[in-house]
Amino acid sequence: MKIKRNQLYTVVALCVIVLLIVLADHVFDSFILRVFNLCAIYIILALSLNLLNGFTGLFSLGHAGFMAVGAYVSALLTMSPQLKEMNYFLTPIVPVLKNVTLPFFPALLIAGLVSALVGLLIGAPILRLKDDYLAIATLGFSEIIRVLITNAQPITNGAQGLKGLPRFSTTYTVWAVAGAMVLFMVLLMRSSYGRTMKAVRDDDLAAEAMGINVFKVKVTAFTASSFWAGVGGALLGHMITTIDPKMFTFSLTFNIVLIVVLGGTGSITGSVLAAILVTVLMEALRFLDEPMNFLFIHTAGTPGLRMVVFSILLMLVVIFRQKGIMGGKEFSWDSVAAFRARHARRARSGARDDAGDGGNSGNSKVGGNANGEGGPHA
Amino acid sequence: MTVTLFLQHIVNALSLGSLYALLAIGYTMVYGILRLVNFAHGDIFMIGAYVAFYGTSLFVLPWWASLLGAILFTSLFGIGLERVAYKPLRDSPRISIMISAIGASFLLENLAVLIFGGRPKGVDVPEMMGRVLHIGPVSFLGVSLFIPLITLVLLGLLMWIVNGTKTGIAMRAVSTDIETARLMGIDVNRVISFTFGLGSLLAAFGGIMWSYKYPQLNPLMGVMPGLKCFIAAVIGGIGNIGGAVLGGFLLGIIEIMTVALFPTLSGYRDAFAFVLLIIVLLAKPTGLLGKRQAEKV
Repeated sequence: MKIKRNQLYTVVALCVIVLLIVLADHVFDSFILRVFNLCAIYIILALSLNLLNGFTGLFSLGHAGFMAVGAYVSALLTMSPQLKEMNYFLTPIVPVLKNVTLPFFPALLIAGLVSALVGLLIGAPILRLKDDYLAIATLGFSEIIRVLITNAQPITNGAQGLKGLPRFSTTYTVWAVAGAMVLFMVLLMRSSYGRTMKAVRDDDLAAEAMGINVFKVKVTAFTASSFWAGVGGALLGHMITTIDPKMFTFSLTFNIVLIVVLGGTGSITGSVLAAILVTVLMEALRFLDEPMNFLFIHTAGTPGLRMVVFSILLMLVVIFRQKGIMGGKEFSWDSVAAFRARHARRARSGARDDAGDGGNSGNSKVGGNANGEGGPHA
Repeated sequence: MTVTLFLQHIVNALSLGSLYALLAIGYTMVYGILRLVNFAHGDIFMIGAYVAFYGTSLFVLPWWASLLGAILFTSLFGIGLERVAYKPLRDSPRISIMISAIGASFLLENLAVLIFGGRPKGVDVPEMMGRVLHIGPVSFLGVSLFIPLITLVLLGLLMWIVNGTKTGIAMRAVSTDIETARLMGIDVNRVISFTFGLGSLLAAFGGIMWSYKYPQLNPLMGVMPGLKCFIAAVIGGIGNIGGAVLGGFLLGIIEIMTVALFPTLSGYRDAFAFVLLIIVLLAKPTGLLGKRQAEKV
């Protein structure tokens, strides 16, 4: 009975979301639509990083490198020969790549696979490292990838980058891929493999003692994460339509780390919410860079103020609410029902038995957590 | 390559290595005590250079006065940074404090863009530093000679502080075991502040010297040196001051010499450090001078 009700809710919610996306595609002007689609891309990227940071406990700072691989592969596979000739005016492109033109979806898939392959090759040696060492090594590899791209002039056009990528990242495409990513994560976390990953995260020694091949789990997670990072990078490239090595620096990785932390490491819901929040906020705070006339306060435009405010926000979150928005929990209809019931009870009982209520809410917190671990009961 | 050219490269490599060593010490000391990669250390380096720049250009101080002032200011700044960004997180998981460090670094860079402006600034190099010196057939800038010499002096002072003073003993005790050190009556917070102050002082000095050697400032100038010097600290064995110095010099020499011997590789210069890091981590994960610790269950 309860399960059926939840399924109904889920179907309704999905319909509403699809409707919203269709509506957005028709109503929003091009700028807002772009921000809207950027949300989807950041959902993909944040979830792929959360797969590592949140669910497998591998702190990686190399996401930008895999995104770069995906973006370049997809760009090179989809650009027309004429376009390539226009781009490669300093050094001609290698003949193999010159006449390749694939449709978007095969190219996107190949971009993800190449990125996954790179992830596998990098992951196999460095996943023996832990914690900070792993973080620095992944950061190192992403810098190496960037330097290689800058220098491989005949393949990547070096520092000039590629311009005029086909505009394939339409609203439907990016949101469909984002939906696929969310589904992938939800199914993965419900499967026994997802639980294995969490076991490795919580205590890898104990996991090893239980017979889990920890190294294999880590490499698999790293490869899967690289795949999605490559796909996300490719989508980003086809949205901005210009890519160059400078785009894929550490600050790009930082944005994604920020989303994962803000949402709560180890929470799919959190990553989705934070991806939307951060993307919208990044654009909404743009007014800070422009001249202001607020009542009698006039300020000249100060470029850079937006990023300062943004960094301060992040610091405040990290210092005062380390768990992020969701803190490892997941959204489920049962937790919504529990929340509403608690709210209603509190409204009825008033201040008289405050202490008892405190105990209650503590209990339901544990319950909510158990729900989250079992995956959304939707 | 002629002998003269080779010697010139050696002087260059030594001065770059000294700068790396100065910055790497800050990383290694902080890591030794807090097990924290202080991502903002590279930005402290940048702030030191900017403050010295404004000391001479805005307040028209002689270069040595603005150098000293900038070092002092940056040192206090480092202590303040620890208080604000790291101290509230002392008991949280290491990942949170690392993210706070990344956030602090990001904040400092953006603040620098806001306050100092994003456009690169040209530095007025003091006459003594910019003069070309000749020793036999080898000629080089004054600053290239000055840096290794003063670095040696600073390293000597540092060694004396760490090994010979009571504060240094406290630092080593805290780095071995923070809880036990607290039980022995050591004021852990004071020691941590002192460590940050000392590390920032060396970083500021490195930054100012960097700005004399490569006379241009920009708000992101600390990012690459910062990353490379953390790598230098890891290569030498993080937590070990001698290791950081060794790693810094090693990195400087390898970088300059590889570019000198194989000019075609110069585009890959920024990748050397990372390749070296990965080789060292895979062969000897605790670094060249690091001690191996058994994993306890």
